[in-house]
Amino acid sequence: MSDPTSADAMMSGAEATSVGATRTRTIVLALFGVAILLAVLKPWIPSALVRLPEGAILPWADWLDAGFSWLQNDIGLIHVTRTISGWLGFLTDAAANVLYGKSRWPRLEALPWSVVAACSAVLGYWLGGWRLALLAGGTFVWTALMGQWRWAMETLSVIAVAVPFGFGIGLLLGMCAWKSRRFEEALRPVLLVLQTLPFYSYLLPAVIFFKVGPTAASVATIVYSMPPMILMTIVGLRKVPPDVVEAGRMAGCTRWQMLRHVFLPSARNEILVGLNQVIMLALAMVVLTAFIGMPGLGAKLLAMMNSFKLGRSFEIGVTIVLLAVTLDRLSKAWVVKQPEHFEKGTPWWQRHAFLLLGVATFMLFYLLSQYLPILDEVGRRQSLSRGSEIDTLIKGFLSIAWVKAITDFIRWFFNLWVLIPTELALLFLPTFTVILAMTGIGYLLGGWFPALIGFLFFSAVAQLGWWDRAMLTLHSTLTAVFLAMLFGMPLAIWAAQRERASRWMIFACDTAQTFPSFIYLLPAIMLFGITPITVILAILIYTMVPVVRYTVEGLRGVPREITEAADMAGATRWQKLWKVEFPLAMPTIAVGLNQAFIFAFFMVIIAAFIGTRDLGQEMQRTLAGTDLGKNFTLGFSVVFMALSLDIAINSWARKRREILGQ
Amino acid sequence: MDSDTPVISAEHVWKLFGPNPEAYLSRMPEGRSFEEIRSDGYIAGVKDVSLEVAKGEMLVIMGLSGSGKSTLVRCFSRLHDITGGAIRIDGQDIMSLNATELIELRRSKMGMVFQSFGLLPHRTVLENVAFPLEMRGQDRHARRERALEMVRLVGLEGREDYFPRELSGGQQQRVGIARSLAIEPNIWFLDEPFSALDPLIRREMQDEFLRLQDMLGKTIVFITHDFDEALRLADRIAIMKDGAVEQVDTPDKIVLDPATEYVARFTEEVDKASVVHASVLATEGVAVDGEPVPGDATILSLARRLVEDTSDAIPVSLPDGSMGAMDRKAALAVLFGERE
Repeated sequence: MSDPTSADAMMSGAEATSVGATRTRTIVLALFGVAILLAVLKPWIPSALVRLPEGAILPWADWLDAGFSWLQNDIGLIHVTRTISGWLGFLTDAAANVLYGKSRWPRLEALPWSVVAACSAVLGYWLGGWRLALLAGGTFVWTALMGQWRWAMETLSVIAVAVPFGFGIGLLLGMCAWKSRRFEEALRPVLLVLQTLPFYSYLLPAVIFFKVGPTAASVATIVYSMPPMILMTIVGLRKVPPDVVEAGRMAGCTRWQMLRHVFLPSARNEILVGLNQVIMLALAMVVLTAFIGMPGLGAKLLAMMNSFKLGRSFEIGVTIVLLAVTLDRLSKAWVVKQPEHFEKGTPWWQRHAFLLLGVATFMLFYLLSQYLPILDEVGRRQSLSRGSEIDTLIKGFLSIAWVKAITDFIRWFFNLWVLIPTELALLFLPTFTVILAMTGIGYLLGGWFPALIGFLFFSAVAQLGWWDRAMLTLHSTLTAVFLAMLFGMPLAIWAAQRERASRWMIFACDTAQTFPSFIYLLPAIMLFGITPITVILAILIYTMVPVVRYTVEGLRGVPREITEAADMAGATRWQKLWKVEFPLAMPTIAVGLNQAFIFAFFMVIIAAFIGTRDLGQEMQRTLAGTDLGKNFTLGFSVVFMALSLDIAINSWARKRREILGQ
Repeated sequence: MDSDTPVISAEHVWKLFGPNPEAYLSRMPEGRSFEEIRSDGYIAGVKDVSLEVAKGEMLVIMGLSGSGKSTLVRCFSRLHDITGGAIRIDGQDIMSLNATELIELRRSKMGMVFQSFGLLPHRTVLENVAFPLEMRGQDRHARRERALEMVRLVGLEGREDYFPRELSGGQQQRVGIARSLAIEPNIWFLDEPFSALDPLIRREMQDEFLRLQDMLGKTIVFITHDFDEALRLADRIAIMKDGAVEQVDTPDKIVLDPATEYVARFTEEVDKASVVHASVLATEGVAVDGEPVPGDATILSLARRLVEDTSDAIPVSLPDGSMGAMDRKAALAVLFGERE
C-alpha cells in the first residue's frame, strides 16, 4: 500500500468495526447483567419490578370491547357483516347442496361419491399423469369407503367458497400494494400480525360478526388464507421482466391492457403458487373451525380425540392428510403445467380430449350410480371403517409392559427433570428480567431496532395483564423448539451428507408441511394420552419439520466450489462442516428456526383443548362467550411475543446474508 | 411535414436519474462532467445529446454497457421521460403528448425489438405477433391475416401455434421482429436485438435483418455494443460514452478519422480496408485515365487493382454519377493498415 492516507482510512475502518463490536458487547452484557441482578435480588427489589401491579395494568379488554361495540352498533358494521354473512351463507349452502345434498338452493341431489372420485382422477391425470390420478381418485375412494364422505364434503363445501374469495381478495390487495408503495407499507405490518395471530383470534370475531357455523368458518378461513396470496402477487408482479413490460408499452397498451394482458399472465406462476398457499391454509383453518361448531372432518376428529377413540381419530387423520396432499399436489401440478401447442390439423376432439374425457366420466359414473346405489353413497353398515379394531390395537400396543415402561419413563423424566424445573424458573423470573433479557437478545441478534421491538413488545405483554400465562406459553414454545433442534439438527446433518437422503428428507418435510396443524396432535395423543407432555410432543413434531428442512437445504445449498476448496485445503469432514458449511448455511437455518417459533406459538394455542394452563386455555374459554376484548388482549400477547422473536431472528439472518454476500 | 424534416431529432437531451432531477439540472453549472454529476448523487443516463435521424436512415448507436445507449433509445420512444432538452418525432415534440396521444403514437408509428425478446410466455407465436394489433383494437380476422404475413416474412411459417419456450433464441427473436413490424411502423427501434444469440446465429440474423431493411426501408435506430455489427449495418454510427455522444458519422469516417481517443480505441482492431469505400478516398472533379472503379466498392475488394495498377491516382465513379480520383498510396495505406 503506497498511499498513506488510504492505508490510514483502512486502519480506522478496522478500528471502527472493533469499536462497534466492543460497544455491542458492553450493551448486551449490561442488559443481561441488570436482568440477572434483578432475578438474584428478587426478594429485595420493589414488587412492581417483579410483576406489574394490578393497578398499573390498564383495562385494555374493556376498552377493546367498547371499541368493538362502537364499531358494531354505532357505526353499524354489524349490518354490513350480516349482509355479507347472508351472501356467504347462500354460497356455502349452495356448495353444501351440490356436495352432500343439504336441502338448499339449487336443491339438486348430492353428487354421487364415485362421480367426484372419478372426475378428480381425470383432473389429476390431466395435470400430472397417472400418479396424480391415482392419488386424487384414491383419496376420494378412501374417504367414501371409510364412511367419512359427508364430513369430508362439509369441510370441502367451506373450502370451495373460501378459496375463490381468499384468492380474489388476495390478488386484488396484492395488485393495490404493487401499484402503491404507501399502501404496501401500510399493509406489511398488518400481514405480519395476521401471520402470527393465534387462530382463536380469527374465530371469535368471525363468530360475533358473522353467524356461527359455515359462514363464520368461511370468513375466518378467507382472512387466514389471504396473506400469502397478497405476498405472492406482489412478488410475481415485481418479477415481470422489464423487456416484457416495455414490449407491452411499445405495443401501445393502455393501463388496463398492461395489467390484463402483460402483468397478470406473466406473473402466472407466482399467482398460482399463491393459490396453492390459499388452498393449503384454507384446509388447515377449516379443520380448526371445529372449535366454533363448524361440522366436518375437523369436528369429528376433535370429538373422537376428546373421547379418546384413537382408531377412528386415526382414520379421520389419514383422510385429512390425504386430502391435504391431494389438494397440494394438484395445485402445484397446475403451476408447473405449461401450455402446449397442437400440430396443425389436430381435430377438435383431440384438442379438448381431457375435457371430453371428464364430461364422459361424469356422465358414466352418474348413470352407473343410479343403478348401483353403492356408487352413489356408502351406507353406515357398508363402510370399511375398522375404528374399534385399530383402537384396540393401539391401546393394546401401548399397554404392553415394555412399551408402557418406556412411555412412562419418558413422561416421568421430561416432567420432572425438564418441564417442571424450567417452567418454575421462567415463572420465578421478575417481569423486568425477562423484558431486559429479550431486549438484550434483540440487540445481540439485530442491533437497536429488534432490541427496541423486544423491549416494547414484551412490556406490552406485561401491560396486557396475562404475564404468567404468557410465560407458560413462552415456556412450551421455547422448550419444544429447543428439543426440536436437539433432535432435528443431527438428523438434518446426517441427511445433508447424502444426496439421496437429503432429497427424501426435503420431500418428506415438504409433504409434512402441507398437513393441517391439527393433525400433529394425533400421534402425540396416541402415545401419551392427554397430558402436558403431549402438548410439547405435538409442538416438537410440528416444529421439527421446518428445522430439518431448512438445515438440510442450507447445508446442501453451500456452493460446490467452496466445499471443494475446503477439501483441497485438507479439511476433515467435521472441519468442513463446522468451519465452512455451517457458517454459510446459518442464514437459511435461521429462517427455519424462525418458522419453527411461529409454528410453535400456533400449535401451543391449539393444544389448549388438551388442557394447558396458558394463554390458549383462556382464549378457548372466550370462544364460548362474546369476550372479544379479552380474546384480543390474549391474542396480542401471543402476537407480541412471536413478532419480537421473528423480527430479531430475521434481522440477524438478513445481516448475515449481507456479510456473506448471499 | 415536408420531406426534409428529420424523423427523429434530439436537441440537448438530458436524462438524469436521482431525486428531483429537473431541479438539479436547472441549477447545475454548465459543463459538469459525468463523474462530477455522480458525486452530486445523480447518474447521467443521457448527457446533452443532440442528433437527427433522417427518413429511411439507419443510425446505429454503439457503446459499452452503461454508456447510456439503451437509455437514449428509450427516451426516443418515451419509455423514459427526459429531464431536459427536446425530442421531436416527425416534428412533433413527444414530451408534450398526453397519455392517450402517446399510446396512439406507439400504436401507429413505432416498433421495438428487445435484447431478451420480451415475448409474452402465455401467447403463441401468432398471438404474440398479433399483440400490438389486438391492443389497438383491430378485428380478429384482419390481425390474424397481418400476423400470418409477418410470421412468413421472418420465416417462421408452420410454427404459428408454438409457445415462445418451445423456440430457440434465434427463432424467439424472429417473433420479436415480426411483432415489432406488425403495425407497419415508420420508426423501428432495435435494442441489442442479436446480443443474446450465439455468434453463428447472430451473423445469420444480421443478414436476415439487412434483407428486411432492403425490402422495407424503415427509419431505424439500432443499438449494439458490438463495433463490427455497427460497421456492418450502419448508415451512420453514434458512439456513446458516459451518456454523451462522442462522435456521429458514417462508418468510413469513423474508421479513418476517429474524433476522440476513446473512439480511436475501438477502431484500432478493425480491418479498415473492409470498411472504407472508394468514394470516401476520392477527390471530386479530378479526372484521370483508366477504367473507373465503383464508388461503393470497399478498398479490400479493390486490393488486386491497387497493387497491380502503377498509376498515382485511380478513377472512381461516384454515386452521384460524377467522376473522382483516388490517391493510390493513400488507398494502399488503408489496405495495409498503416497509420498516417
